[in-house]
Amino acid sequence: MTSLPTADTAMSHDHDHAHGHDAPLPEVVLRVKALEELLTEKGLVDSAALDAIVDTYEKKIGPRNGAQVVARAWTDPAYKARLLADGSKAIAELGYSGVQGEDMVVVENTASVHNMVVCTLCSCYPWPTLGLPPVWYKSAPYRSRAVIDPRGVLKEFGVDVPADKEVRVWDSNAELRYFVLPERPAGSEGLSEAELIELVTRDSMIGTGLPKPVGAAA
Amino acid sequence: MNGVHDMGGLQGFGPIDREAQEPVFHTDWEKRVFALFFGGFAGGFYNIDMFRAEIERMPGHEYLRSSYYEHWLHAIEALLIQGGAVTHAELQARIAELQAAGRKEPH
Repeated sequence: MTSLPTADTAMSHDHDHAHGHDAPLPEVVLRVKALEELLTEKGLVDSAALDAIVDTYEKKIGPRNGAQVVARAWTDPAYKARLLADGSKAIAELGYSGVQGEDMVVVENTASVHNMVVCTLCSCYPWPTLGLPPVWYKSAPYRSRAVIDPRGVLKEFGVDVPADKEVRVWDSNAELRYFVLPERPAGSEGLSEAELIELVTRDSMIGTGLPKPVGAAA
Repeated sequence: MNGVHDMGGLQGFGPIDREAQEPVFHTDWEKRVFALFFGGFAGGFYNIDMFRAEIERMPGHEYLRSSYYEHWLHAIEALLIQGGAVTHAELQARIAELQAAGRKEPH
């Protein structure tokens, strides 16, 4: 392995080995359990409330929310104008606001500009519209390279941006989070909003991917 | 603050490792850390800026060696101790108890 081991990936496999015979629980598991037990005993947290938070972010908040924003913008020019003028407000119209999505700026991909989003400092990401970020978004390789070699990164993601198309990289931060409005796929003119939603991928809203071509969606 | 967390433009971290069909959380402990963050936040023990600052103060080698939710755990523990919600001694004692109990559990 030529890169520094980013523990984001290294740790993800630990649990597979944690339950073997006589294998001690990893230190991190003990730390978390100890903390939750103590806070529960002191009445500072409630396990059922913690379960509900996990459930919400596992099942209810995800990129499908953002896909609805995109599909609406593709079909409703007035909404698109509001979205580009004040992202937070227009996204809230569809009900997607809250923690880590308070201040949103929507950047539009066009025939001449491709936008992509990174958070070089940590992992800032618009939770209400995209859910929690994937590990690669939080990883050192993406955070370090997106700003100095965006075209190389895009190529790694299978996105070939023509040399004459400008690439803009937006560095999200704790106060302000960027969201990419991808280009509406060619040939999608006759599709309904519901059909368009199926074409919008998570990565197309980060800018590391493109929407699915028409006909590819189920 | 300048530090290793400020990764924009650093070189040598290698290819981007992407996972197909990635789950929202990879382990149960990640889920608990994520939720406990809200617990401490709702309890008024810290705000987002304090949380981020605590992660950014991690020694560089620890930051690079540990995962995203380990960064969170580090910050939550530190801020809850600073805020008086728990003490370091209480945590250490409970970890030792859990460790001892784990050894006795039949497999």
